[in-house]
Amino acid sequence: MTEPETSAFNGMLRPPPTRRGAHDLLMDLNDVSHHTFRPRRTLRVGVEFVRQMRRRRTQIAALVLLVLPLIIALAFQVSPPTGSAGARLGGASGASGAGLVSLATLGATNFAFFTEFVSAGFLLVVIVALFCGDTVASEASWSSLRYLLAIPVPRSRLLRQKLIVALSLSVGANILLPAWSFLVGGVFFGWAPGQSPLGGTFTLAQALERLAVVIGYASVQSLLVAALAFLLSVLTDAPLGAVGGATLLVVVSNIFDSITALDPYRQFLPTHFQYSWLDALGPSISWNAMMQGTGLALVYSAVFFAMAWSRFQRKDILS
Amino acid sequence: MRRLLVRRRRWAIVGAVLLLVAIGVPVAMTSGSSGAVSTRSQFVAGTPEAGAPVGLDTTVYFPASTPAPAIVLAHGFGGSKTDLDSEARLLAAHGYVVLAYTARGFGGSGGLIHLDAPSYEIADASALISYLATLPQVVKDAAGDPRVGVAGSSYGGGLALLTAAYDHRVDVVAADITWNDLSQALFPNSAGGELGVFKKLWAGGLFASAAGQQGGACGRFAADLCAAYQEAAQTGLPDAAMLSLLRASSPASVLDKITAPTLLSQGEQDSLFPLGQADANARGIAAHGTPLKEIWRAGGHDGGTSATDLVSSLEGWFDPALLHRGSADISFDVTVPGVGISSESGQPVSQSLSAAGAMTSRRTEQRSLTGDPQTVYAPAGGNPAAVTSVPGLGGILGAAAALTGSTGLGAIPGQVARFTSAPLRAGLLVAGSSSVTVQVTAHGSTDATLFASLHDVAPDGTDTLPEGLVAPIRLTGLTPGVPRDVTVTLPGVVTGVAAGHRLVVDVSTTDIAYQLPASPRSYTIALAGGASMGEVAVATVDGRLATTGLPWTWLIVGGVATAGVGLGGMVVALRRRRRWVVDSELADVPVAVEGLVKEYGDGYRAVDGVTFRVERGQIVGLLGPNGAGKTTTLRVLMGLIRPTSGTVRVFGERIEAGATVLSRIGAFIEGPGLLPHLSGWDNLRLYWAATGRPPEDALFETALEIAGLGPSIERKVKTYSHGMRQRLAIAQAMLGLPELLVLDEPTNGLDPLQIAEMREVLHRYAQTGRTVLISSHLLAEVEQTCSHVVVMHKGRLVAAGSIADIAATGSTQLAVDDPDRAQQVLAAAGVESRAMPAPRSLEDVFIEMVGGDQ
Repeated sequence: MTEPETSAFNGMLRPPPTRRGAHDLLMDLNDVSHHTFRPRRTLRVGVEFVRQMRRRRTQIAALVLLVLPLIIALAFQVSPPTGSAGARLGGASGASGAGLVSLATLGATNFAFFTEFVSAGFLLVVIVALFCGDTVASEASWSSLRYLLAIPVPRSRLLRQKLIVALSLSVGANILLPAWSFLVGGVFFGWAPGQSPLGGTFTLAQALERLAVVIGYASVQSLLVAALAFLLSVLTDAPLGAVGGATLLVVVSNIFDSITALDPYRQFLPTHFQYSWLDALGPSISWNAMMQGTGLALVYSAVFFAMAWSRFQRKDILS
Repeated sequence: MRRLLVRRRRWAIVGAVLLLVAIGVPVAMTSGSSGAVSTRSQFVAGTPEAGAPVGLDTTVYFPASTPAPAIVLAHGFGGSKTDLDSEARLLAAHGYVVLAYTARGFGGSGGLIHLDAPSYEIADASALISYLATLPQVVKDAAGDPRVGVAGSSYGGGLALLTAAYDHRVDVVAADITWNDLSQALFPNSAGGELGVFKKLWAGGLFASAAGQQGGACGRFAADLCAAYQEAAQTGLPDAAMLSLLRASSPASVLDKITAPTLLSQGEQDSLFPLGQADANARGIAAHGTPLKEIWRAGGHDGGTSATDLVSSLEGWFDPALLHRGSADISFDVTVPGVGISSESGQPVSQSLSAAGAMTSRRTEQRSLTGDPQTVYAPAGGNPAAVTSVPGLGGILGAAAALTGSTGLGAIPGQVARFTSAPLRAGLLVAGSSSVTVQVTAHGSTDATLFASLHDVAPDGTDTLPEGLVAPIRLTGLTPGVPRDVTVTLPGVVTGVAAGHRLVVDVSTTDIAYQLPASPRSYTIALAGGASMGEVAVATVDGRLATTGLPWTWLIVGGVATAGVGLGGMVVALRRRRRWVVDSELADVPVAVEGLVKEYGDGYRAVDGVTFRVERGQIVGLLGPNGAGKTTTLRVLMGLIRPTSGTVRVFGERIEAGATVLSRIGAFIEGPGLLPHLSGWDNLRLYWAATGRPPEDALFETALEIAGLGPSIERKVKTYSHGMRQRLAIAQAMLGLPELLVLDEPTNGLDPLQIAEMREVLHRYAQTGRTVLISSHLLAEVEQTCSHVVVMHKGRLVAAGSIADIAATGSTQLAVDDPDRAQQVLAAAGVESRAMPAPRSLEDVFIEMVGGDQ
């Protein structure tokens, strides 16, 4: 215990030190020393990963993706699929869709294709929008965005690191679902060679190659949703607004896509080529639609990311 | 003065105008463009019918610039000139005068249907060509000879070929999905020979489509035609009158008279006029040296026809001959049906095969077949009959059967003899009419009606009948029990057979689309010579598979956009890095605010020209009523908000978003910002990890002592009370003991002990040469804690200086060293006096300064 000092300031006696003893620590305070600060070391990807992985929503999304194929497999075990279901899923993809449903229980490959088909349209869109739309907006809603920016994490770097983590989680989800349903399908329905809904079978090597093409293309399409959700995340302070807004815009785009009267302009809608990975399920892969879809997704993503970056650089952070 | 158009509203107006333009221009462009083509409708006199005049209902489409060459368009059976409207407009826009007319016996035209008879319909076409010669807008080769081409599909195609044969003013011809010999088309016999099997469904359908439009059993059919048809439909055999009428209406006999360059296109999904009809036309026309192009396209009578595709091939053929533009390409184009269905359009993806010439690129490949002689039965009354192709629908029913795995519709057990090949070692393109020799033995009848077809059977048993086409065979003059070898021409199809699949030749006794004998029959079918092994000569075409170019442009545009954004980002980052400006004079001044102005988009000025400095070792209180601009100033200080004008320099370096000098500032602004799903300790740890500085610099123990949360530090932040979060956030601001500490309402939620503790911490802080900037409402607290004060009101600076200076302004006080003696002196002077302490507190000064405006 140090003896009471008179503070030169207002002549009062220094109050007695409290139990916490912070004064003692501060008594040993050095004078200011210079430190080197490197902006490139702020907010490393590992740190951001730890910040995001512990969130409840990440764990629930992973849980949903793990449980869904199990539930579908159990449902098929209880009542095998007939050919009529699934035809209403999505306009032009309905022909292949109906085929996929009836073949779903043939083996691991077909089960993986079927699960991918039913979840690509909405579930994976929502999960990707969740991961990417939640990043910046949730920081704003917790008020921690200003503290991160005050470290200072350069604005562009903040977006980049958050985007890297969000995209990693999205790609992880895109890979996890088909790969896991492949394994689940194998356990439940056996490892028979995959059969294409247009006729023809795949060996295991071919099946894995097709599955890789499907996953790659679906990831590129989800990049578009990710970019949109990320842009909304930068624009709004409410994470629900970003996630919901991205999902809403995808739904609206799908609605416009189903109006065939818009025909020459329909191919520029962002979700027009969403199901083009079905072209990889025929006896030979037809690359046309997938190339168009990739190009379109890249253009849209580039535009959205550019908008997000430029907006965030100039924005006044009021959250 | 209020400004009417502030920035935000201006942007909204600009955005709305841009949106209207973006929507309006495409709408205007797509709606108004067809005005370039003008039309004129009138009746042109045709060949009189039994003495009565006949008027042909025509519409002439004029292009934008005349004179131009002309095209006569003819429609299909059962249609009228309105079917030709879209084609005619496209061709007129391309630069032709187009005459679309309704053939006699249809629509608004008079007369009766004579089925393209030379003396009626063909004469009508000649009359129309003469009419075109009278129009000034049509280019003429000679007097009365316009530059004209004739085009049509099906019924119109037959007209086109026959007109070219009979009228040599025609300069170029395009015939689509039309016939060579109508008797062969309606009574086909794939074994050669004369009388074939009556294609009853098609014939009946076509007859009804014309007859049913007007009352009477014959409708608008010419009487002789009607009578001949009805006779044939009853017996299934054409009589001499029918045959002569059909032959007169067929190009087969006049092919040598066609000298105009001819484009023949035939549909691959066509059970009425299959591919063999075009081959027959092509052979006849090309044999006389006439330039010829043959196209096998998707669609036909059983599939669709795309008007734009037709028009583009028409333009490709007519332009060189009529407009003298470009050169004619006489390659043989085959559409190979794809093995996939495009996920985008729902249509099968097809590829285009381009071969050298129509006849020169064909060849056959032999494949062996095996199969024992089989006995097949034809049921009495021709029922049940196999359903392979239905007019207009094609092989859809058969394909549906294949999907469900049953072949019950397409091949009825007991009626079919099958001869199977070995699994193909390599994929094979079947294009054209294959042929096979079979041996037929009739039991109990002298004629035989059979149907041969070529199937593609997959390894798992899926049986595909390409386009649902079968080849009818009619044999006459048989002796019961005596075998006869017959060479059968199988249907002309284009299909790719994959490796591992088998080719199967089926010989069936029934087919629902054809006239079947009423009596029950039985036949024994075997391969040639009664052997168990035979051969099928599979027709194929050698050509170049033109992969319809992969859409590389899309991918390249996408790549360029991504690269462009990436490069742009890098360029911006590089430019930004060069601009850190340090003013060395102010390197020791923690905060130097110079003329700071912040105006929001709606015109509200939060900070209006504020200038002050904070020196080392000071504890500065930033005071002001609500709305004075304190928080805005602090946010500008932290680089969160961009000022409208003015600068803030911290240690000489100008503050911008991401300025590195911000690492020397610890901030707590407008409340805690903690991650609720992590514990307090994790929050601190991860925050420090996010700075990228070594953990030793953080001085966690000091921060934890300052926070004073005890064991609660391990609980999740969402369980904390407001005061606990406040303390933790202040501790987070003090991590690393920064040189400049900025606190906004730090005592909010702290109890008096903690407030005292905080005060002491800040004093000690200042003694080490660090600086503190506090914004607070608690004047008493500020008075005790701070050494200097900055007062703001309505965005402007009201006072800045040490508390001693500020609180001392006001009226003067007289200080006497001996108050008692002074009192005595005043009392002697007769003045009452009382000694009182002088309560001159900061609060009074504050209220005096700012309270007047409120």
